[in-house]
Amino acid sequence: MITKNEILETNQMIDDANLDVRTITMGISLLDCADADVDRFNEKIYQKITTYAKDLVKVGDELAREFGVPVVNKRISVTPIAIAAAGCKTDSYVSIAQTLDRAAKAVGVNFIGGFSALVQKGYTESDRKLIASIPEALAVTDFVCSSVNIGTSRNGINMDAVKEMGEVIHKTAELTKDRECIGCAKLVVFCNAVEDNPFMAGAFHGVGEADCAINVGVSGPGVVKKALEEVRGADFETLCETVKRTAFKITRVGQMVAREASKRLQVPFGIIDLSLAPTPAVGDSIAEIFQEMGLAEPGAPGTTAALALLNDNVKKGGVMASSYVGGLSGAFIPVSEDHGMIEAAEKGALTLEKLEAMTCVCSVGLDMIAVPGDTSPATLSGIIADEAAIGMVNQKTTAVRLIPVIGRGVGESVEFGGLLGYAPIMAVNPYSCDAFIARGGRIPAPIHSFKN
Amino acid sequence: MKKAVITVLGQDRVGIIAKVCTFLYEANVNILDISQTIVGGYFSMTMVVDITDMKKSFDEAVDGLTAVGEELGLKIKMQHTEIFDAMHRI
Repeated sequence: MITKNEILETNQMIDDANLDVRTITMGISLLDCADADVDRFNEKIYQKITTYAKDLVKVGDELAREFGVPVVNKRISVTPIAIAAAGCKTDSYVSIAQTLDRAAKAVGVNFIGGFSALVQKGYTESDRKLIASIPEALAVTDFVCSSVNIGTSRNGINMDAVKEMGEVIHKTAELTKDRECIGCAKLVVFCNAVEDNPFMAGAFHGVGEADCAINVGVSGPGVVKKALEEVRGADFETLCETVKRTAFKITRVGQMVAREASKRLQVPFGIIDLSLAPTPAVGDSIAEIFQEMGLAEPGAPGTTAALALLNDNVKKGGVMASSYVGGLSGAFIPVSEDHGMIEAAEKGALTLEKLEAMTCVCSVGLDMIAVPGDTSPATLSGIIADEAAIGMVNQKTTAVRLIPVIGRGVGESVEFGGLLGYAPIMAVNPYSCDAFIARGGRIPAPIHSFKN
Repeated sequence: MKKAVITVLGQDRVGIIAKVCTFLYEANVNILDISQTIVGGYFSMTMVVDITDMKKSFDEAVDGLTAVGEELGLKIKMQHTEIFDAMHRI
């Protein structure tokens, strides 16, 4: 029988430390919707998504009620549209984005990911159309998320795509400048993108996946922070053990919810993503964990080490708690979605360069960072190239989600609202990389990728 | 057997257990275990109950207990036991 202390511990995690299931994401394959006629394609994908996901929100809410743990987001990821729509005879994929948006609204989810292309080694015609459609697609839809994979450890980096994505990000910001450049918050550039990630904006349903799968992202930076309060001043062994144990408990809840969701929706369970994902709420922050570990501010010397041990022990604890672990799994460090990171950036404790160093050991990359609106597309590309190089060489996923805030500069801020939060605009190194980016072509795969 | 955990937290007063148990009796819920303490005037109770033959739906029971809680100025939660088993038992 469960003891009273165990019951109280679980409920304290939920009530006081913001333990929640961050997202139940249904991955849906759109490969069988292929059609030469784009209108028919749109009709087919709308039907498939709204049929498969019709009970997703209801089941998510039911589980939240019955187990007493919030299920914050219900979302959908689909086959990268550049692949699913490759047969369509059309010049633009904007109507497809609009269809995805309509489908998302019809079933009540708050994001749909997969307006994506995988171009790590080269472009198809369809990839070109998709990437060209991104700025307008993100400007005319509310819930559609887009991602482009421009490199892998296996294939190297497609520098033509890196160059183009700098321009795409800039154009997306321009087209949504009347709405805080929100389009860029829904656009991720990846190196080593994963096919079963449930978190937005980078979720898509990979072609190696089943027809439909349930992937669950758990969270709980607040729970880790509370647990660390109990071991203040203790050595690193104790610190790591505490993170590990806490991650185990958090993940077990996610595993249970995922299993139950998969049973009720009659869709196979895919993976649990072990990420610690912050929200702008106090008590739900990665920065607070750093402070609890003994750093005055995130960005102080020691931050990279702190993040490395956090990320590693979250994985160690979580792996045993779930039968299938996947997605991005680790600690996210989005700036705008974490009040502690925002404050550190405002004070100047946290710089873009330090964040870049931190991304070597965190689970994703430069995430939700606002930069001055006059940052050139080539400079954005340079930042993408650096981040992709880190991912390529270290065989990890890295991502870039930058928001050049048109008309604003360092010292000002941008407010997205909701889970996306707000962000102070951070300084970017002013020296040019134009000639480097203009070279074009591909960076070959690194030597240690040859493992055959 | 389908089991649930009910937790009650808040300021102590007369009749808390009576009210909660009456509600459970009317819903045909059998109480398997009760543990209750008062620390500094603060009332804390956890119950494990059998809901196999419950006459209300889980949703209705959650709403009903929330209403009882509001009437008494307490926070009452009812949850399936699986969440606790998942977290604390390997």
